[in-house]
Amino acid sequence: MKLDLIQPFISAVDTVLAETMQTPVTIGGLSMEDDGYRKKGVAAMIAIKGAIEGRVILDMEPRAASRVASYLAGEQVTLDDQGLRETVSELANMVIGNAVTLLNDRGSTYKVYPPELISEEQMQKEGADTEATVLAFETQHGNVYMNIAMRYFRRRQRERSTVAIS
Amino acid sequence: MKQFEPLTRKIDNQPVRYLVVDDSVFARKSLAKMIEAFGGTVAGEAGDGLTAITEYGRTNPDIVLMDITMPQMEGIEAVERIVRDHPEARIVMVSSVGYQDNILAALQKGARHFVQKPVKPDALYEIIRYVLSDEGVAAPV
Repeated sequence: MKLDLIQPFISAVDTVLAETMQTPVTIGGLSMEDDGYRKKGVAAMIAIKGAIEGRVILDMEPRAASRVASYLAGEQVTLDDQGLRETVSELANMVIGNAVTLLNDRGSTYKVYPPELISEEQMQKEGADTEATVLAFETQHGNVYMNIAMRYFRRRQRERSTVAIS
Repeated sequence: MKQFEPLTRKIDNQPVRYLVVDDSVFARKSLAKMIEAFGGTVAGEAGDGLTAITEYGRTNPDIVLMDITMPQMEGIEAVERIVRDHPEARIVMVSSVGYQDNILAALQKGARHFVQKPVKPDALYEIIRYVLSDEGVAAPV
């Protein structure tokens, strides 16, 4: 995956987490995964369509989500499972929306869709035949992971399949 | 949360009434907290553009805070339909997707302003004050 496609996502995570967690964020690791992704906390997925189709999963440790929820609520909050899911969905919406804003302002055209919460099983299925870049962001309030997978166009997928069969 | 100098309606000095439209329950709660800090009240909520149109007619709010990316009907289409029936509507877009084409589309359909998420309460307060005072409907006390 091209680095110039990933860079806006890194910038968006940095901007949004620094604002909503009020703490510095560092990149703790970058890896490629092509055989499914095992989630680390609460995860939400957002589909992106446009010049390249794809999806991004934001996966947060619960204590990181609690920190964000407290900041956005303006008071200390203790989250139940539902609250955790709502927080991660909204944070995914913010991060990916900000990233797509950067991509669109560069001249590409992408559209984002409302976030979907995904289960472990769905996540395995999502990652089964997709090469994804996984970024780990470390904060003093817990880690946040971003799994970015941009797929080939269907036409190109068909072309690749044809070559593989013959 | 920081408390702000309350914004009231100039016409009757009552708290400004808001319609909050966002598919995220969490975002609606967060905006409601800010509205409370601004001295306002939430007159209605909606999780999609279609419901927002109905809720606008039912509550006749002073300000609408409208998300863009939502199921069923997106925010920009909802703006167009609300403004078509209520040209006086004061709608502020609140979205994480803030690229130029999107902002222009919203403004062309009749939105008054745009705020990108994550929302900073100070910024939203100033924008609401501007949108309201510009119309002579409300002003800070």
